[in-house]
Amino acid sequence: MSETVRKRGRTGYLLLIPGVLWLALFFVVPLYSLVATSLFDPSGSDTTGYSMTYHWVNYSHVISDYWQPLVRSLAYGALATLFCLVLGYVLAYAIAFKAGRWKNLMLVLVIAPFFTSFLVRTLSWKLLLADDGFIVNSLQFVHILGADGRLLATPVAVIAGLTYNFLPFMVLPLYASIDKIDPRLIEASSDLYANPFVGFFKVTWPLSLPGVVSGTLLTFIPAVGDYINAELLGSPNQRMIGSVIQSLFTNANNYPAAGALSVILMALIVVMVLFYVRRAGTEDLL
Amino acid sequence: MSTMTSSRTTSYKPGSAAGRWIRHHLVLILGLLVLVYTFVPIFVVVLMSFNDPASRLIYRFDGFTLHNWLNPCEAEGMCSALRTSVEIGFLATLGSTVLGTLIAFALVRHQFVGRSSMNLLIFLPMASPEIVLGSSLLALFVAAGFGGQLGFWTILIAHVMFCLSFVVVTVRARLAGLDDNLEQAAMDLYATEAQTFRRVTLPLVFPGILGAALLSFSLSFDDFIITNLNAGNTTTFPMYVWGVAQRGVPMQVNVVGTVMFLISIAIVVGAELNRRRQEKALV
Repeated sequence: MSETVRKRGRTGYLLLIPGVLWLALFFVVPLYSLVATSLFDPSGSDTTGYSMTYHWVNYSHVISDYWQPLVRSLAYGALATLFCLVLGYVLAYAIAFKAGRWKNLMLVLVIAPFFTSFLVRTLSWKLLLADDGFIVNSLQFVHILGADGRLLATPVAVIAGLTYNFLPFMVLPLYASIDKIDPRLIEASSDLYANPFVGFFKVTWPLSLPGVVSGTLLTFIPAVGDYINAELLGSPNQRMIGSVIQSLFTNANNYPAAGALSVILMALIVVMVLFYVRRAGTEDLL
Repeated sequence: MSTMTSSRTTSYKPGSAAGRWIRHHLVLILGLLVLVYTFVPIFVVVLMSFNDPASRLIYRFDGFTLHNWLNPCEAEGMCSALRTSVEIGFLATLGSTVLGTLIAFALVRHQFVGRSSMNLLIFLPMASPEIVLGSSLLALFVAAGFGGQLGFWTILIAHVMFCLSFVVVTVRARLAGLDDNLEQAAMDLYATEAQTFRRVTLPLVFPGILGAALLSFSLSFDDFIITNLNAGNTTTFPMYVWGVAQRGVPMQVNVVGTVMFLISIAIVVGAELNRRRQEKALV
């Protein structure tokens, strides 16, 4: 397939123009206006207008005001990604190597639940984790939770919700990577007297690393920015950065502060993506 | 000899038959458990769609009824929110599928300058947190003086933008997997470039385009964070659910959830059956 000759000439550019224009106008330019907004004088408002004063102190203000939700979001995102990696790896490995002729069916089943509304699913977790619900009662029965212990409105519920909601973003790239591994390599390792653990860590894991890296990115990024889980399953003590940005825009009308926080979040993500691109190149991104 | 033919079993220690069976299938069992976990909330959604709640404020199963299924629009405002979501979903799908397919063709079949910045431009919207995409669009709309006109059209613009990259990736994967032998054969048989495209290339790529369109629709239909920032007074279905989540959830929301689940199952089962039929036809 690599022999497919890429045609020269104008057609390629003509095909690109409409889509690129759309992305330029509604993705690149907005990022520019976001950065501009973050430097406005915060004394204005969205009705009276803002003036551009290169107000860099906006950044130090939002960091000192909101470092807690920012750090919390990164921590919750990292934990959820870790749990997704563990669960997702088991599932992807089972589909790739153990599912046999049920492979396609299992892949479909991985994705199917996630076509049901994100918010409706998160609401059902709220019901499942409720104070007198089955899960809490069972955990109380075995004394993992105290008699008045609860799951809702705790970090546990929020991280569990994030893990649940972003699992397919981990499973699919992992599966794509693990499925490419030649099972004979794993057999060869056991022929050479490696036990299953050594075989896994010396053969399977390194060969699945591309999937691990892209799965981690694809899970971590939306999980950090999400606030639906934190708001529905958590309490104000579990507030995440997305929620802060949202309410600074819509409730507090403090556009410069909201903009500055968004820029900080985006900068963190861009650094991660660039790190990945340096490792893997841009062709592997898509 | 025995170590070569049964290398997969020799590493296991002898034990009871049941123990051996479990060890052999441990990964599969764990994988199936993870799969069950992904379905747990779906069971709740289906169950609650038949719930006859004693009170709107306490969210638990109180009794069986078909009422919610027979009167889906009784929940105030839900059906109009649903209609808005479907309309935006269709238009966003149409726009992003057309624009994204064109880009995918250019990426796979054409030469152009700036390929790696192009890849990055496609990838970054997928990699950006939704809150950043939403807030930057809002910043633009406000700066351009459209702050008072947020609504249907601004939501649509946003949805086309974030669905676009997913379309490119999906169609590109399908295109890159195609051998161009068939197209060359068509050209050898004196088909014009336009005929080749319409009769050979397009039918081959079509499953990819269809998949991309379905993905776009579900992304658009389900989006909350970006939409919520750019919606003004317009309410989509996810925004409706968000609103009632604070006030008490009407059970009809679960009817919609169940229907969405059934539709997606029907589509993937249909696609799988179609694939098997085509495979058989080829053999």
